[in-house]
Amino acid sequence: MQSLLNSSHGKVAAELRSVPSSKLVIDKVSKTFTRNGKEFTVLDDINLHIEEGEFVCLVGPSGCGKSTLLNLIAGLDSPTSGTIYTNGNPVYAPGRDRMMMFQEHALFPWLDVLGNVMFGLKLKPNLNDAERREVAKYYIYLVGLERFTHSAIHELSGGMRQRVALARSLAPNPNVLLMDEPFGALDALTRENLYRDLQKIWQQRKKTIVFVTHNIREAVCLGDRVLLFSPNPGKIREDFKIDLPRLRDINNPNLSEVSSVITAALKQHLDAKGVAE
Amino acid sequence: MKKTLIRILLSALGFCAIIALWQLAFHLVDNRTKLPSPFSVFEYIKESILSGVLLSAIKGTLMRMFSGYAMGLLFGIPLGVLCARIRIFRDTLGMLALGLQALPSVCWAIPAILWFGTNNSAMIFVVLMGSVWSLLLSTQHGVMNISPIYIRAARTMGSKGLHTWIYVIMPAAFPSIVGGMKQGWAFAWRSLMAAEIVVALPVSKANGLGLQLNYGNDNNDIAQVIGIMIVIVAIGLLVDKILFSPWEKMLRKRWGLDAK
Repeated sequence: MQSLLNSSHGKVAAELRSVPSSKLVIDKVSKTFTRNGKEFTVLDDINLHIEEGEFVCLVGPSGCGKSTLLNLIAGLDSPTSGTIYTNGNPVYAPGRDRMMMFQEHALFPWLDVLGNVMFGLKLKPNLNDAERREVAKYYIYLVGLERFTHSAIHELSGGMRQRVALARSLAPNPNVLLMDEPFGALDALTRENLYRDLQKIWQQRKKTIVFVTHNIREAVCLGDRVLLFSPNPGKIREDFKIDLPRLRDINNPNLSEVSSVITAALKQHLDAKGVAE
Repeated sequence: MKKTLIRILLSALGFCAIIALWQLAFHLVDNRTKLPSPFSVFEYIKESILSGVLLSAIKGTLMRMFSGYAMGLLFGIPLGVLCARIRIFRDTLGMLALGLQALPSVCWAIPAILWFGTNNSAMIFVVLMGSVWSLLLSTQHGVMNISPIYIRAARTMGSKGLHTWIYVIMPAAFPSIVGGMKQGWAFAWRSLMAAEIVVALPVSKANGLGLQLNYGNDNNDIAQVIGIMIVIVAIGLLVDKILFSPWEKMLRKRWGLDAK
């Protein structure tokens, strides 16, 4: 398959060699919801710069607005005030430059693995179906599922399903990958394999990744930066730069050390707010 | 392979036992006008096949069935989508459908005769009324109950509008629609038999299984009545196996056990 990348010519090779990514700017973004006549501020004045190809993890307890921010970046929802820019362009709607991966796999059960990975590709112009199929097969190979190309979704394990979802999000070659607790429902061993593979794929495909999780160790294992959110109203409290060498192993003691610093910071913010977890 | 063979063999044996019991009952009752022998029913079926009467009756009945059912699909599925999509349709048409689904559709035979006369159109109308409500409701439920995450995922991949409907919403609702198609068929089949008995009686020479049942009654020929009933049952089974089983098998293979 690696040879496919080298030997194939024309559009498919060009498609696979291009590794676009975006700079994200979140400028004074707030989001309020009204429920039963009461107003809730989910996100309060968020300002954030994310560099091209940066891997950023958003952590915080549930209700801190981190998933809401992800939906805003995806364009599935719009901010009450403020603007989000990708490469300088304001976000108004979902776009192929930003793909989203959900906690539930959200794969289509009426399509096989290849069909799912092809779904987004089919909406991408400038490629014919044979070329799309080749591109899809490359991404299925990239997530290690080439033996399951024609399997039905229900035949796959939870970890494999998330791999398919990852391939489906990568296939249209987005600039930004948005991941909403994608590994939350998986067992520890499966997750560890995915941490390693996701880091490898990120290094290879150079996407800007925004990854939401409530697991601080997971965030430290994956992110270049870890942003700590706290709720009521949702705000970014601290911004940690993680300088550990790649590929990182979640069981590495250095990683636990960094995690414990962040965990302590989170507890302090929650205590200050009087929020009991 | 061997297991299937044994299963078929046992099933055949079971049917032989039922026929034997029937033969026994025939001797006990000993009244040819009330209970025919298995042999005389078999004779009737054989003769009516050879004379072409039975096949023409089946043809007539199935023609009505498929015309009415096709119309049911044509109206039921789009209206179901409309009800799922627009609240006012759901609260009026959807509500009406729920009520009319519970109405035994043979009731429609009486207004149908009044509106269309005693002819094919009346019977096709009864089939339509028998199938359309199930199809409408199952489509409505199917569309309304699909997981919103499918639509969100599709939107992030650039799907919108009609594309989302064709490639996401309808396939996601498909298991529910197949369920409605099956139920709609069963309702329509029952109502058509009833309609053929009611409508075909006085006038039209339009052949059908219902008409043959009536003839059996007129001729005081219980063998014919039972024979036609067996044919009706056989067609019901056959349609289930040929028309619906492949879909269900496909659904189970693709969707797994969650597909209902």
